[in-house]
Amino acid sequence: MTDLVEKMYATLGETCATDPGVAHIEIHGNEVLGLQLVPGLNVVADEREDGVDARVVLDAGVALENPVRICFGLLPERGVQRINMEIDLGEDSRMAVVSSCTFPNAIDVLHTMDADITLGRNAEYAYLERHVHGSAGGVEVVPDARVRLEEGARFRTDFELLEGRAGSIAIDYEAVCMARSVLEMSARISGSGNDSIKIHEKATLVGERARGVLTTSIAVRDQAAAEVKNTLRAEAAYARGHVDCKEIIRDHGRAMAVPIVEVLHPRAHVTHEAAIGSVDAKQLQTLMAHGLSEDRATDLIIEGLLSPSYGGRD
Amino acid sequence: MDSIIAVRDLTLNLGGDRILDDMTLDLWPGHVHAVVGPNGAGKSTLASCIMGLPGYRGYEGRILFEGRDMADMGVDERAHLGITMAWQEPARFEGLSVRKFVLCGSPRDDEETAAEALELVGLSPDTYLERAVDDTLSGGERKRIELASILTMQPKLVMMDEPDSGIDVEALRRIFEAMRELRAKGATVLLITHSVTVLEQADHAFLMCCGRILEKGETEEIKKFFGEKCLPCDHQNRPEEGGR
Repeated sequence: MTDLVEKMYATLGETCATDPGVAHIEIHGNEVLGLQLVPGLNVVADEREDGVDARVVLDAGVALENPVRICFGLLPERGVQRINMEIDLGEDSRMAVVSSCTFPNAIDVLHTMDADITLGRNAEYAYLERHVHGSAGGVEVVPDARVRLEEGARFRTDFELLEGRAGSIAIDYEAVCMARSVLEMSARISGSGNDSIKIHEKATLVGERARGVLTTSIAVRDQAAAEVKNTLRAEAAYARGHVDCKEIIRDHGRAMAVPIVEVLHPRAHVTHEAAIGSVDAKQLQTLMAHGLSEDRATDLIIEGLLSPSYGGRD
Repeated sequence: MDSIIAVRDLTLNLGGDRILDDMTLDLWPGHVHAVVGPNGAGKSTLASCIMGLPGYRGYEGRILFEGRDMADMGVDERAHLGITMAWQEPARFEGLSVRKFVLCGSPRDDEETAAEALELVGLSPDTYLERAVDDTLSGGERKRIELASILTMQPKLVMMDEPDSGIDVEALRRIFEAMRELRAKGATVLLITHSVTVLEQADHAFLMCCGRILEKGETEEIKKFFGEKCLPCDHQNRPEEGGR
């Protein structure tokens, strides 16, 4: 078991946390290989035939000092991993999770994540999900999440797939934001070959002064295709939101962006911005005038677009 | 002295209009030159032709760099020869860090090089290295960062298009200092400008109007001509109507 954990982390270029102050969970296929908790964090994980059901509870008032490390994955070429997660953060609690999903050898692998996430009043939850795939493109990733932010809660999620072929990805997130809550959803994905990337995110700003930002950055090349449909609906006074989608296409890549903004209150305000196209000519010429080849300049521009700092993130 | 750039009989037509009209000029190594003239004279077009930007390579005549005709060379090939350009309005790069941008054309890829270059343009490495070259930076900051990136390239020819446009006095002072640093390291500088303040930084100048070189000489002479004849002139880039 330990060997398998080490192998999973090795595919990520990392090692398993050994600090007793760092909570971590490792799940390979339907096996829970590792589980270390810290005070205030409760996890019950049940293995099923094709995956794992997990319930994660952070007690009210608990602020975890270190990010929780989660490692999902499947090392064989074929298989299924279905994860059902229920995540509940108590009032005034705070937690960050760094989740890595590794499918380095996938030829025919299905990974689904079905999550129900509830943030209590003034709770804060940051979730970074980083995928590392192999070069064959034989993985289908289907993350579904329903998120509820109670008054004053803050939720930030970043989905990142920059290494290996995306394969087929279909993200479907939905969030409901109560008063004064803050939601940030970001996805950064690079696709090539015949990869298919679909992102559907929907946030409803129900409470007064709720805020939401949906940011998507995608680069597709070869015959890869991307479809982004993000919806932001503001129902209450002083709710503020923004939908941002930027996609760069190369070769025969295809991209579609449909930002939908809906405002149901005269004192709410939602904006959107979508840009699809090839690499900006001025950026390209600037870098080439500094000696970079066209390909290298294009890569650097896309690297910037897909970097965590784009969109004001750090 | 052999010229570093020799422009011979350069003519460029764009969209049916003659933008450059049989131009000939030489730039001397290690000197600061200026091309001065009114808006629309063709100054930036000249720089674009020398840089080989797309859309500006279908010219007639020749542009020689150290005696070598660059007609078949792309932008990056010319940059490898040592030619580069600072834009009037520098590009924004979402998500690209100042560190990466400053070092992108540098033969040395280390933090010390990036930090030194930023300090030369008066920007604190601690504050700027990890920032993105995006619209959170002012135009003046991006101009200075672009110049820092050029400094790390160790170029032979730097063309600076309207270096004073959209920036404050302090930023311009830093840009002039960086220009002097480039010159001290042996680079040739070509200033593209319609500003007397920028013109005064040059050793030699060319007065350009309607795609032609009208005068060339020492900066003081050209400055006098520009101030007395060009600034009051209302010929709207039609020198044959305004007279000389």
